Amino acid sequence: MAEVTATKARPKHLNLMQIRMPLPAYVSILHRVSGAGLFLFLGGLIWLLDASLGTPEQYAAFTGVIGFTLAGIPVVKLILLGLLWSFLHHFCAGIRFLLLDVHVGIELPPARASAFAVFGVSLVMTLVLGGALW
Amino acid sequence: MVKRLVVGAHYGFRDWLAQRVTATVMALYTVIFAVQLLSLPEHTNAAWRAMFAGGFMRFASFLFFMSLFYHAWVGVRDIWMDYVQSISVRLTLHVITLLVLVGYAGWVAQILWRL
Repeated sequence: MAEVTATKARPKHLNLMQIRMPLPAYVSILHRVSGAGLFLFLGGLIWLLDASLGTPEQYAAFTGVIGFTLAGIPVVKLILLGLLWSFLHHFCAGIRFLLLDVHVGIELPPARASAFAVFGVSLVMTLVLGGALW
Repeated sequence: MVKRLVVGAHYGFRDWLAQRVTATVMALYTVIFAVQLLSLPEHTNAAWRAMFAGGFMRFASFLFFMSLFYHAWVGVRDIWMDYVQSISVRLTLHVITLLVLVGYAGWVAQILWRL
């Protein structure tokens, strides 16, 4: 069995503030962040689905919650806009990861381009769908 | 002294695969959902309810949510495993996550089959 010993300590830069991360790293980090955010708000989202499909009283509660404002700021709609972006980013980044799994676009230039596309598509879709649903 | 490798239960590969299968199911449902929503005759609560009341959409929505809960379980469990080093706290969080997701599954079934 081959013995491989490090003769000198190799440099480790695990301080995220010191590493210059490439764009695909941000796609990956935000994939986790968006997934965690969607999980945290999952109960609220199911509640909204429940109320939107319920009795007229429940539907009235649904529209009330959606239209909730705090000091004139539509808080719930803003949270939902953030969750819409989370879903779209998670969706686009997920498709990118599935393609990478089957060795599509694993070279550096296409991997960078697809990371850029994930940000572009999810942000534009958030604005378009968010605007249409507002 | 026997050196045991702490691998070999296959759960790593199984969950890796499950994460991708459930993701594909959810991606397909997202397309179906978008098409259904765009083909609604009118944007009213009655039309929204009718959309989910259809046999196919109920079936597809249920599959979507089951995929979502399994997917969330694997993903959130990975987050706990990465950042929570205390075994007791981690186990507690795993159990809470599982219980919450199983509860959601019952809730969603009730929402869909009540229609």
